[in-house]
Amino acid sequence: MTAQEVRLCGLLLREHFGEVVEKVGTHLLKGGAQNLRTIIHETGISLDLVKKSLCVLVQHGACVFRSGRKGAGSPAEYQTCCDRILRILRYPRYIYTAKTLYGDTGELIIEELLQRGHMTMSGTIKTVADRLTQNMEEGRSMDYSEVSSAFFRLVETHFLQRCPPLAGAEPKDSSTPAAPAPPGTPAAPVSTAPPTPESFPDCYKVPHVTLVGRGKRQLASEDGEDQRNAKKAKMDSQTHGDEGICWQVNFERFHLHFRDQAIISAVANKLDQTSSEIVRTMLRMSEVTTSPTATCTKPLSANEIFRSLPTSYNIPRPILDQYLTLLIDDPMEFVGKAGESGGGMYVVNMHRALANLARATLESVVQERFGSRSARIFRLLLRKRHLEQKQVEDFAMIPAKEAKDMLYTLLSQNLVQLQEIPKTPDYAPSRTFYLYTVNQLPTARMLLQNCYKTVANLVERRLFESKESKRLLEKSQRIEAILASLQASGAEPEQLTEVEEMITAPEKQQLDALRLHINKLDSAENQVDETIFLLESYINSTASTS
Amino acid sequence: MEHFTNSPIVQRRLAAMAGKGRGVAAFTFNIEALGIGRGSMPEARVGPSPLFPNTDFKPVPLKAGEDEDYMLALKQEMRGTMQQLPHNIKPQSNKAEVERYTERYLKQRQLDDENWTPDWNLLPKELMPQKKKLRAKPEAKKKTVKISRKDTEALLTKLDELEKKGDGNPEKSDDETEKKKGNDEEEEEIEAEEYDEEDIEEENDYIDSYFDNGEDFGAGSDDNMDAEATY
Repeated sequence: MTAQEVRLCGLLLREHFGEVVEKVGTHLLKGGAQNLRTIIHETGISLDLVKKSLCVLVQHGACVFRSGRKGAGSPAEYQTCCDRILRILRYPRYIYTAKTLYGDTGELIIEELLQRGHMTMSGTIKTVADRLTQNMEEGRSMDYSEVSSAFFRLVETHFLQRCPPLAGAEPKDSSTPAAPAPPGTPAAPVSTAPPTPESFPDCYKVPHVTLVGRGKRQLASEDGEDQRNAKKAKMDSQTHGDEGICWQVNFERFHLHFRDQAIISAVANKLDQTSSEIVRTMLRMSEVTTSPTATCTKPLSANEIFRSLPTSYNIPRPILDQYLTLLIDDPMEFVGKAGESGGGMYVVNMHRALANLARATLESVVQERFGSRSARIFRLLLRKRHLEQKQVEDFAMIPAKEAKDMLYTLLSQNLVQLQEIPKTPDYAPSRTFYLYTVNQLPTARMLLQNCYKTVANLVERRLFESKESKRLLEKSQRIEAILASLQASGAEPEQLTEVEEMITAPEKQQLDALRLHINKLDSAENQVDETIFLLESYINSTASTS
Repeated sequence: MEHFTNSPIVQRRLAAMAGKGRGVAAFTFNIEALGIGRGSMPEARVGPSPLFPNTDFKPVPLKAGEDEDYMLALKQEMRGTMQQLPHNIKPQSNKAEVERYTERYLKQRQLDDENWTPDWNLLPKELMPQKKKLRAKPEAKKKTVKISRKDTEALLTKLDELEKKGDGNPEKSDDETEKKKGNDEEEEEIEAEEYDEEDIEEENDYIDSYFDNGEDFGAGSDDNMDAEATY
């Protein structure tokens, strides 16, 4: 991981789990796998807090532990996963996706699981039902069975998965971390790879849960206490038959969904709505048959596609054929032809699509930062691979002086690389070709790091903004609390306005400005994450093909 | 050295060399071939680029729409909730100098903290806080406290008796006994109060030492009684 990633991880941990966890987390990120004693020694945090922090990190899946790497009986070592911590940035998107796919119930299930890392099914269902009941009108309540059916559907579509059980090879004496392995014991080769959830056979098996009842409404509850009430409800000491089976959000599945959505919306933007619906149908058909890392979907015949198209689209067969030919001819290469049988076999080129989307992202970054003419040079180099300076000037049809300036700017920003090809081994400039080129993958990597840096800067700025007007924020919170309590006790309207006026007009202006800034910064974080997702998927896809 | 540089011939030669080294003519080939003409060279860069460079192009505005607004709300809500959850660990702050209004909320949070019990089957054993030992201790303490309470009651009655008996004693000692009696009662009360608080709060070393004092208390009062008897 890079310095930028560590910085961003630290900020995310601090915002969500507090400073202690941040310290432990970044220490683990920088130092690799370590045992409990080393962590305590090197961070200088008390044993109690380190233990708690590790519990939090493990609970949220941000940290894995395994023992016996250095021989049997050696203390458990903890390791944080940078990628998992960076996922915190994408939480709003997961929740929103769950809402669009499975409604409010799905939204709340995902939200609860993300907030708590992992939970049992019964616990989740109860909490969600209580929260839904809270928002319903008086006299109505949410049945547990409804929530559990939503839960079932989420598991069925693999958006949720079971937490892998603890590796059985936990040594008994792990309570004494400093116990040295007796000399001469053969170092038992324990598998060093952390268990992946998918390797666990019962990953998507829902246990039988006996849960009958309805969400409870907390009487005389204040808004702020919802959380605590929900938790109390969770603490009901009944057994439901699923104790010890915890569930977590399957981020990979969400990412597949995001990838498909990105392809569909790109097709919609590039061609039209109808062709995007065709691609959507193709992706839906191959969802089950294609492995997540495959370069392209299993071939589908035009007949199959036609039969699977929802009737509401009203696309006749000849039109479908025309659309498919159009999609194949498109330079973005989203859809490819795999054969002629069955009226033509078609595939969706996942990796090609990701590469092309990443390329488009790079181009638009260059365009927005250096202008459209620089982008022209950049695109030219992408298409022609290697060009000499003179050729760049000619092909781009930009005056030599300006073209040079742009080219050098791009070169200094590392967006364009220079390749020297000497005719003689002495690298004499007169006998050397200087070729400019764009390497898409390294450039995408660099851009990804820039994105991490951007988000970290955004977070930092937001913290700064809210720190600057901390007093004002506290005041407004206090006044809001007073107002709420007054309203609850049925105070006179004059009293309320009197309290409201405690915030003066300039203060109010300041608050509004602050809120606007913070909203913008937050929104920007969300949107940079979309770019991050695209670049990450592209980079991961190249890793799995090579 | 000085002698050489001062000589006019050497100076002339140095100047010539400098001129040759700096000029475009230093290249042994025609640099026009590279596309670098006279005057078309960009300005040389000295030092790193500035930390906050001027941007030639203004950034495009953020996307706005229902989706974005909802995700923004989700993000802010999520952050707020996560900060209230017990998973958000606060550093052990030193006692605040001034009692603040916000402390009321902090106490609530700490209560929440107690509520979170992770599933220990999924975590290494070594992370488990050693609670059992600490839980066992207070019960034992409770007994000792009760006993000492009985003791003190007995002691007080004894003291009263002694007081009545020893009416003829000088006033000074009378005062002292009263004072002591008062102290004892106060201490007892404080102890009871503090004990209740500690029961709810987390145990730490501080309490342990406190209860040791409690045990000492009984013994101490015995001493007192002895002392009293000698009067």
